[in-house]
Amino acid sequence: MAGFSGFNKWKWVFIFLAPSLFGILLFIVYPIGTSLWLAFNDWNLLSPPEFTGLANFQALAVDADFWRALGYTLQFIVLYVPSVFVLGLALALFLNQKVRGMLFVRTTTFLPVVASWVVVSLIWKWIFNPAYGLVNYGLQLIGITGPAWLFEPQTALYAMVITSIWKDVGYIALLYLGGLQNISETYYEAARIDGATRTQSLRHITLPLLTPTMFFVAITLLINYFQMFDQVWLMPMRDSAADRQLEVIVTQVVTNAFSYNRMGYASAMSWVLFAIIFAITFVQLRLQNRWVHYESD
Amino acid sequence: MNLTKALPHDDAATDERRMHAPRPWATIVRYAVMLVIVLIMVAPFAWMLSTSLKAQEYILETPPKLIPNPITLESYSGLAERIDLLRTFFNSAFVAVVGTVGQVIVSAMAAFAFARMQWRGRNVVFMLYLATMMIPSVVLIIPQFILIRALGWMNSYAALIVPALFSAFGTFLLRQAMLSMPKDFEEAAFVDGANYWTIFWRIILPLTGPSLATLAVFSFMGLWNAYLWPLFVARQEAVMTLPVALATLQGGPRALTEWNMVMAGSVVAVLPILIVYMFAQSWFVRSVVTSGIKG
Repeated sequence: MAGFSGFNKWKWVFIFLAPSLFGILLFIVYPIGTSLWLAFNDWNLLSPPEFTGLANFQALAVDADFWRALGYTLQFIVLYVPSVFVLGLALALFLNQKVRGMLFVRTTTFLPVVASWVVVSLIWKWIFNPAYGLVNYGLQLIGITGPAWLFEPQTALYAMVITSIWKDVGYIALLYLGGLQNISETYYEAARIDGATRTQSLRHITLPLLTPTMFFVAITLLINYFQMFDQVWLMPMRDSAADRQLEVIVTQVVTNAFSYNRMGYASAMSWVLFAIIFAITFVQLRLQNRWVHYESD
Repeated sequence: MNLTKALPHDDAATDERRMHAPRPWATIVRYAVMLVIVLIMVAPFAWMLSTSLKAQEYILETPPKLIPNPITLESYSGLAERIDLLRTFFNSAFVAVVGTVGQVIVSAMAAFAFARMQWRGRNVVFMLYLATMMIPSVVLIIPQFILIRALGWMNSYAALIVPALFSAFGTFLLRQAMLSMPKDFEEAAFVDGANYWTIFWRIILPLTGPSLATLAVFSFMGLWNAYLWPLFVARQEAVMTLPVALATLQGGPRALTEWNMVMAGSVVAVLPILIVYMFAQSWFVRSVVTSGIKG
């Protein structure tokens, strides 16, 4: 028999597993427990925590800031997710052509993915500058006076949606490219023999067989964007109406926790967000057999 | 299922279309679209670089000029006066490198225990790892912050590095890679008297290479670009990382933002990762795709 037995084996299991398991327990499992417990407490970091039952959740239900943040989060997602879903697919179909130079194009679409949100936010903040930014300069050339973009909540939201699409479209396209390359060439050959046009191939072969990837993309986008933070924290002009009003759920969690020291309340909010994400992912999983085709079917 | 059955047979026109070589205008349109995509993706970075090379009085001129005239590095020296560039750069690099190496080693060791060793309770412990992956990071911020505070680690490298060492996702990724190797590898080594450490270090780890690189790139990118966590646990300049320092450069409503300086800072922050990307492109692509859902 290979290996060791008894005490000696457990010694080795311990050596390999202990660092990781200890860390996971201390830095992930224990915090999850703390957070869950805090959600039912009132705690300002100074005086001892006070058990308040469901009070945090009741307060959340009537917290206008929270509902506004949820509203903006949903508004952002409604504008952003379908756009990047479709643009990413279009980009992937385009990049999938075997043409000289296409690899270079693919490389450039990934540059914003690699850059940090801080850098991307700052660059686009400069581009969306109302007086000296490129966007309003371009609009002015065609006779339009551009809006104050990052000063007003609504226009700031549009600016962030555009920026987010720019940052993520290469990533989404890449996910689709993986899916496209998994589609067997034999389907297309058979279609060609049967005299199908390219549009027909796209409609009846590519898109149906890409639905598993689309499903994955949809789930990923929603999970990530319900948790968006960096761009919302960074992009609105400081002390403008956009800065004061444009909030998403995570900025609310962070503000409550670190500006107001309402640790229990912020924890409760983070669990509500978890519940929302969980519910949406669950619904998507349940609905998937209505539109997702797996090849083995 | 025969998908082609669903397709109607088309008329002769399509046959004819297929016979011909691609039309020249189609090629032109294709290259035009390629050019537009490249411009959209690169132009903001080019504008960042251009702005960073302008003097303050030139950044506000209309029409905006892409090629600065005169070119000056004054925004970079101004940047060096405003933030301790060397310090923050070192902090970012140190945290990213140590955190990455540590995470890869810790994850690889755990993955080895899960993939190559038989022990009671293995599946239960592994399920615990998988379960933690479902919890979004936002839930962890507050309790981790409280923990770091209780440990007395605020404003220390430990606050930035230690929580990053333990990754259920990394363990999962490397376990998958290690599971795919045949059992005979270590059996032969055991016969030769090797212990588990030798097998891990000499046999399994080298064979896990591609997955290790994937995890390393993913981890490095995450740590180098991180903003939310460092923003709240490393506010002092001694340990402040580049993204956090960069974000402090913006002026308020009255104080004018010196955009050439902000863009200079952005260049400094983004250049290292773009250079690494250029050299290790396929690993970036792999790691970002494999990471998939990693909220």
